[in-house]
Amino acid sequence: MSLDKGTVKRVAQLARLRLDDEQLEKTAEELNKIFTWIEQLDEVDVSNIEPLASVTGHSLPERMDEVTDGNYPDRVLSNAPDRASNFFTVPKVVE
Amino acid sequence: MSSILDLDLASARSALQKKEVSAVELTETYLSVMSSNDHLNCYITSTPEKALDMASKSDHRINSGDALPLDGIPIAIKDLFCTDGVLTTAGSHILNGFIPTYESSVTENLWEHGAVMLGKCNMDEFAMGSANTTSYFGAVENPWRSDDRQKSPLVPGGSSGGSASAVASRLALAATGTDTGGSIRQPGSFCGIVGLKPTYGRCSRWGTIAFASSLDQAGPLTRTVRDAAIMLKAMAGHDPKDSTSANLQVPDFESALTNDVRGLRIGVPREYLLDGMPSEIEKLLETGIEMLRTAGATIVDVSMPHTKFALPTYYIIAPAEASSNLARYDGVRYGLRIEGDNLDDMYEKTRSVGFGAEVKRRILIGTYVLSAGYYDAYYLKAQRVRSLIKQDFDLVFDNVDVLLTPTAPSDAFAIGENDDDPIKMYLNDIFTVPASLAGVPAISVPVGLSKNKLPLGLQIIGKMFDEELVLRVGGALEGMAGFKSRPAGGA
Repeated sequence: MSLDKGTVKRVAQLARLRLDDEQLEKTAEELNKIFTWIEQLDEVDVSNIEPLASVTGHSLPERMDEVTDGNYPDRVLSNAPDRASNFFTVPKVVE
Repeated sequence: MSSILDLDLASARSALQKKEVSAVELTETYLSVMSSNDHLNCYITSTPEKALDMASKSDHRINSGDALPLDGIPIAIKDLFCTDGVLTTAGSHILNGFIPTYESSVTENLWEHGAVMLGKCNMDEFAMGSANTTSYFGAVENPWRSDDRQKSPLVPGGSSGGSASAVASRLALAATGTDTGGSIRQPGSFCGIVGLKPTYGRCSRWGTIAFASSLDQAGPLTRTVRDAAIMLKAMAGHDPKDSTSANLQVPDFESALTNDVRGLRIGVPREYLLDGMPSEIEKLLETGIEMLRTAGATIVDVSMPHTKFALPTYYIIAPAEASSNLARYDGVRYGLRIEGDNLDDMYEKTRSVGFGAEVKRRILIGTYVLSAGYYDAYYLKAQRVRSLIKQDFDLVFDNVDVLLTPTAPSDAFAIGENDDDPIKMYLNDIFTVPASLAGVPAISVPVGLSKNKLPLGLQIIGKMFDEELVLRVGGALEGMAGFKSRPAGGA
């Protein structure tokens, strides 16, 4: 398989990254090399093998569904690039 | 002349408790050599005021007989750990100006043990790299200089390169690192120090900026195996704020250091001997085998057939998790924001300016392998191969107690070398990634010098939560190797 510039452009859009034409070209070339190398996994027979998502082997712990933290908006907002009272701000989304 | 800087962590601890040196005196010494070694670029932020304040509190406790286990020990923190009130960057521009209002669990544990923070260490951006050349704050230098390449500074390895260089240069007594695919062990090997990646779940991930959540694990970089045992004891422990943190007692790792390897079965996986690998790496492994055999261990030739698939598997799983973890950097809640015409425009501008080339590359790989139509072929497939890799470890540990392998396929290379070839850079982690995928603990111990007179480490890999045996064998190897060489640079 081969990633063309169009595919890279689409993936970049999904990831909210912007690449200019020259970067698209270079990135497509690099990613193709990497995926060609990754394709050695085709040699492995994984039929009847379960996917492994976690190595811990234990199930996630549970706790009571109650508030254990919070109520300090100033701390939460202290790193906001821009804020309006107790809110983060974004460019206008709805006209 | 012997200097206070010659004391390793264990010796400094005893000197402090015996009041032969004060915490403030020790801290001032470190702060002074840090400022005269700026060119190594080990630290992104130094915190002298905080350090002296913490040291004076340590002195107070020591003097009143309430000393904590690490009181007065000056350490460096990889800049991936959030530190309350102290700039935290992850080596990235996208976290521009980020000052956490909370403390990571690992650093909190260290401060509760009395340790003193010297500053925050440089690192590959978001811990993605094997040379510490991807940091927004510039490359880190290794204090070692090659016989062969006198003029060009060498990389310290990565991603915990600033931490490793700081410890090797004597700009910190010890440091924290994180290891996702080798980021503690490979820089440990390149810098001639000890690097320990604990079992996945041994140290809490809470407050540590995420790269690949199923792999990330914090651990220490230290001058000796004993120091690693001391640091790990302070860093580890169950944390309800990390659901994958292991609910287990933290053993007294130091008491495991008996140096006795008699009767142990030590496996050497034949798949770790690669065609085209420098012969000095193979020779180093032979040296290690001989030492452990002489000490009474039984060396067992073992096979782990899926080893060669670990690296390509890692380069699907880690970028997939990273692309998801790094989606949070959107210019809204913290860090860099580049204004745009609309919301998407702002996201794209912010992320395009804020992330460096390697991080973008991995986000793109991750987004692609998780995207509709490719998920099964790549991500699910990689998770299945990961099962087989873990199975290799499960099976081999029915037969042996620990494994012995090289840590890295080469010694430290020059800054800039390998930067234009991602796959070549990724191959640095060929021996460290399998243990990461399996979640098992592993340590790198300096054992010898390459022909360029640069340090080389060997790796001991153990069973899940058997850091004690990993440390015991590592300590025995360290004792027999007697690695005493010191770098030309640093304090």
